[in-house]
Order: sequence, then structure tokens, then C-alpha cells
Amino acid sequence: MTRIPAPDRARALERREHPWLRAAALLGLVAAWEAVTRTGWVPSLFLPSPLGVVASGVEMLASGELLGHVAASLGRIGLGFTLGALGGVAVGLAVGVSGLAEAVGSPLIAATFPVPKIALLPLLILWLGIGEASKVAVITLGVFFPMAINTYTGVRHADPLLVRAAVSFGAGRVSLVRKVLLPSALPMIFAGLKLGAGTALLLLVAAEMIAASSGIGFLVLHAQNLMETTRLMVGIVLLSVLGVGSHWLLARLERAAIPWKAGT
Amino acid sequence: MRVVVEGVTKRYGEGTGPAVEALAGVDVTVEAEEFLALLGPSGCGKSTLLNMIAGLLRPTAGAIHFEGALPAGRPPTAMVFQEFALFPWRTVRGNVEFGLEEAGRPRAERARIVREMIDLIGLAGFEEKYPHQLSGGMRQRVGIARALAVDPAVLLMDEPFSALDAQTRQLMQEELVALWERTRKTIVYVTHNIQEAVYLADRVVVLSRRPGRVLDVVEVPLGRPRAEAVHGEPAFVRTVERIWALIKGQAREALQEAVR
Repeated sequence: MTRIPAPDRARALERREHPWLRAAALLGLVAAWEAVTRTGWVPSLFLPSPLGVVASGVEMLASGELLGHVAASLGRIGLGFTLGALGGVAVGLAVGVSGLAEAVGSPLIAATFPVPKIALLPLLILWLGIGEASKVAVITLGVFFPMAINTYTGVRHADPLLVRAAVSFGAGRVSLVRKVLLPSALPMIFAGLKLGAGTALLLLVAAEMIAASSGIGFLVLHAQNLMETTRLMVGIVLLSVLGVGSHWLLARLERAAIPWKAGT
Repeated sequence: MRVVVEGVTKRYGEGTGPAVEALAGVDVTVEAEEFLALLGPSGCGKSTLLNMIAGLLRPTAGAIHFEGALPAGRPPTAMVFQEFALFPWRTVRGNVEFGLEEAGRPRAERARIVREMIDLIGLAGFEEKYPHQLSGGMRQRVGIARALAVDPAVLLMDEPFSALDAQTRQLMQEELVALWERTRKTIVYVTHNIQEAVYLADRVVVLSRRPGRVLDVVEVPLGRPRAEAVHGEPAFVRTVERIWALIKGQAREALQEAVR
């Protein structure tokens, strides 16, 4: 009798992870960058060396200059993000829960949401002056919309069975929002926060480039004006650290706030 | 407490196209301390009727009322759902406590009742687990504990074990029989499973296909306490066959309709 082996089709289902390659790719990029600048093919005015950027960063840190810019930027983004997030969640909840608020709010949001928020900065400067208020306001607006829309979506996608269960135990409007709709929307709210954090960083830099005398955006533009490419790079690295850091922080917060989703 | 369902009709989607009549003139009385099964083929409106008793749906015509004394703080009904409907963000303890919170019971009393329920339903040691960490059978135990915690006058169960595997279902049925025989709580139990209805209930209300009408009310001639061995008794088999004869034609029609 011939023996027919069972077919081995598992290969098509496998996907290898290559964990060490991740770190190697990043290190390789930096090493290649350093090598290119060492050979002198590219003048350091256009592409400063990574080590030079680090040295410049340390120097700016020691002089206290860096801290001043970072503090100014963090203050603006922190306030704007907080206001936008709170406002967005409040409006998103209201529009998601109440038919009246939805009828009034959703066309307003649909009409204003597509406007690129940076285009509103000149208007905001006109209204609020060139100081901190206009910068915070543009960030607030940028965070508000994704938060409001995500919260609304999260509330509307709450499992109707859970709503029915809560009502069958006598839950009223307030209980329903607090104990069912808000927890249901939490994953979408956190997705909104991550989206909003990206938008906030973008608007922060733009606002600081248009009208500021401090902040990381100002640092980048000012360095470019003076042809100090190394200092410009310090600003860019800082922004990338800020972006990665905020994402990491939000992911940590999400795990703490949504324990029922975190594994088993 | 008795539940009286008088001439209840339910039509869906009136005014928005062709209306679907789910129930047509249903009269049912659930006696106090009775275990009543509502049985019928899929789409006979049995869950609709249960939801109307729970106050989650309004009848198009007819009325439902309760008869008997209802002590303050006790709701007339509490529901156990087919898909469990546990709150995923609440632990076992939090889920069992939910109805008590909504009933406005003080914190200390809630804690005491939750502890009692967790012991009664066999959930000890799982208090701080989330629903996704539990098996289907354990989840439905939480569903039952949550409903019993508020001490409803009538316990409504909507195919509570049909999402479970066959072995778990069998065990849960036995537990429910034992629980009912101890507490004698009025139960309305919706199912499409004839054996289950006969094994559990004192009387089985057999409903027709849509629009649902009462075909017959079958008394189950089996004593209490009931053990699993009841399934082999001639009276059990006869009752199952009698109900099957009532709805066989209906079930076949439903099958054809699903194919169409």
C-alpha cells in the first residue's frame, strides 16, 4: 500500500517575527546617515551628522535654551489638548445620547469639521491676539473634532443588548450614560485621543512657526533662517520624541482605563 | 405574584411599510410560584412577549398586569438574556451589583446581597474576574445571579442556555431545577427546545408561528423534585411527543420559509 503523507500547508499560514531586525534597521539607518556625513559627500549644511545633532542638543540643554522652548510648547499643547479633549467628549456624548442635540449638533459639526484648522489661525489671531490664546485655541479646535466624532461614534455603537439589559434593571438616562454608554465609548475615545495628539503636535508646530518667539516650532524655523541646520535637527528630533512619548503615554493610560480589554 | 397577559397583539413597523404581526391576541396567565415555559418555533414572538412582560416593549393591543403584593424596593421582573448581556467593564461582583444600584439600595446592603448571590449561584472565587475571563456557563451564572439579586417577583428567562454547549446546558438546567425547587420563584422561561421545556416547567404554553397564537397549554405530569432521570420516564416522553405533534407542521413551514 502506498503511504500518502498529509499535505504540509502550514507554511502559507506562518508569518515570521524577526525581532532583532527591528533594532538593527533603526541602528543601521543612523549608522548609514553618520557614514554619509563623514565621507563629506553631503555638506553638513544640508545634512548634519547624528553625533553633531546630539552634541548640539546636549549643549542647548546645558545652556537652558532647550528647556525654555520645550516648556513653552508643552504648556500650549497640554492646555489645548486638555480643553479640546474635554469639550469633544462632552459634545460627543451629548450628540450621541440626545436626539435633540444630534439634530442641532451633527450638521454643525459636519459643516465645520472639514475646514483645515490651521486656516483658522489668522482669524484666531485677529480675535484673540498674537499671544498664547490663539495658539492654544487652534490646538483646542484641532483636538475637539476628532474627539467629538469618535465619542459620538463610540456611543452610537454601544451594544443595544447591554442598553436593554441596563434598562430592564431600571437604569435611567444618567445611569445609562455613566454605566453603559461612556464605558462602551472608551475604546473609541482613546482612538480619538491618539488621533488628536498627532493633530495637536502638527498645529502646535505650525502655530509656533507663524507667530511665536519661543517653542520647538519657533526653534526649527529660527534655526533655518540662520542656516543652523544642526539646531534645526535638534528641534525635529525633539518633536519626534514628543510624538512617540505622547503615543506611549496614551497607550499606557488606555490599558489602565480599559482593564477588560487588556488580555486575559 | 401572578402575571396576566390579556389579548396581547404586537405589530412591528406600522406606518413604515408592511407591518409584521408578531403576536395576535395572546392570553396567558402565569400563576404565583409557577415555572412556566413559553415554547414555539423560531419567529413565533415568544421573546417579544417576554420583553413586553419586562416592560421593554409596548403591546400594540391588549394589556399585561401583575396581581399580588409587591414589597417596596422589589422590582416586578428581572431578565436573564440569551447572550448573557453582561457588562464587559464590570467584574462578576460589579455585574451582580448592577440591578441593586439601580434599585437605590444602600452600599452595605448591596455588598451583603452580592455575597449571598455569589455563594448561592456558585461564583465564589470569581468575584474579581471580568466576563471575558469566564466560560459561557459561568457567564450565564453571573446573568442569573444579577437577576436574582434584585429579588424580582417574576424571573424572566429568554432562552438562557441556548448559547451554551450541550453538556453545559444539561448541567445548568439541573442547577436551575434545584434552585427553583428551593426558592419557588415565579419563572417565565422562553425556549424552542421541547425537552428543556418539559424537564423544567410546570406548564408549557405552546405558541404557533408568526403571528404567534396560543396553540395549547400543556400541563407537565411530572412530580418534584425532578432529577435528570426524568428524561427516561414514559410521562416525560409522552408529553414531549404531544408537544412535538402540535408544532411539527409549524416547524416544517418555518424551515421551508427559511429556504425561500
